[in-house]
Amino acid sequence: MESQSQSPAQGHEPGVDPGGSHNARSYIVGLAFALILTGASFWAASTSFVYAPAVPVLLGVLAIAQMGIHVAFFLHISSAPDQANNFLALIFGIFVTCLVVFGSMAIMANLNHAMVSMDQLMQMQR
Amino acid sequence: MSAVGESVQIGSLPLSQQGPAPTRVVAGFGFWLFLLSDIILFAALFATYAVLSDASAGGPIGTELFDKRHVFLETLCLLASSVTCGFGNLAVLRTDKRAMYRWMLATFVLGAIFLAMEASEFADMVSAGAGPSRSAFLSAFFALVGTHGLHVSLGLAWLLIMLLQVATLGFAPMVARRFFCFGLFWHALDIVWIGVFTIVYLGAH
Repeated sequence: MESQSQSPAQGHEPGVDPGGSHNARSYIVGLAFALILTGASFWAASTSFVYAPAVPVLLGVLAIAQMGIHVAFFLHISSAPDQANNFLALIFGIFVTCLVVFGSMAIMANLNHAMVSMDQLMQMQR
Repeated sequence: MSAVGESVQIGSLPLSQQGPAPTRVVAGFGFWLFLLSDIILFAALFATYAVLSDASAGGPIGTELFDKRHVFLETLCLLASSVTCGFGNLAVLRTDKRAMYRWMLATFVLGAIFLAMEASEFADMVSAGAGPSRSAFLSAFFALVGTHGLHVSLGLAWLLIMLLQVATLGFAPMVARRFFCFGLFWHALDIVWIGVFTIVYLGAH
């Protein structure tokens, strides 16, 4: 049989917290938070109560908060010392994700800006 | 789960004498790395969608195509299935077969409802002339949301295989480990869905 012992240096798998957060209560709490944040997202997208240009920012904040809730309460990843490996991998994943998404958007916006518009192109050909 | 006396003893040893981590830890960490690489795949699709979301080529745009109520129900299904999957995994840890079957069947049904709703949305869009070949925006939409749907279908197939394995092999350590990785996969899909409904459906303009 394999040993099930856990020690800080060996780390432990994501999803199980020997400290005891891996129980039914964590899923209930996570569900409550997730429902509130999901409801807030759909409300913010369809209401005129919030200043319209601020809605995308609000949606972004709510989405990031809900992702954090899912990571903490469903995946049970935390910055605890015995989770150093899992947490560092997560940080690296977030880093690469941001690089890919915002890097692509910045490059394409630059290219769009530098591109001659179709109207101008037509006039040049005349 | 963990033998307290043993873990205290191992914890007091120097790092170099502790030996390799147990298989469960190694398998979990490896699968976690795979999930992060999968999320980077989705990052590329999200970037494509963000760049192309305005390129509708005179065709239908997001606000004309998307039904927020439909998406809200899809979101609730996936969120509920994530929680039932968590309870199912707790039942696996307790080696409680009845509870495991109950929660995992609920997970399967909720996931299947999500997939059916997504399929009907896709079918409506294609029959209305808004298929992936209509514009760059729609190509990016079907690539992103379709890849997520494909992951959910793979997850459902995996769940069926796990239920068969529990039926034939019982809660062997190997089976419990795989079930645990399935749970991570399912939760990660729900996290990707948060990005999908925020950026694609609610962010449509």
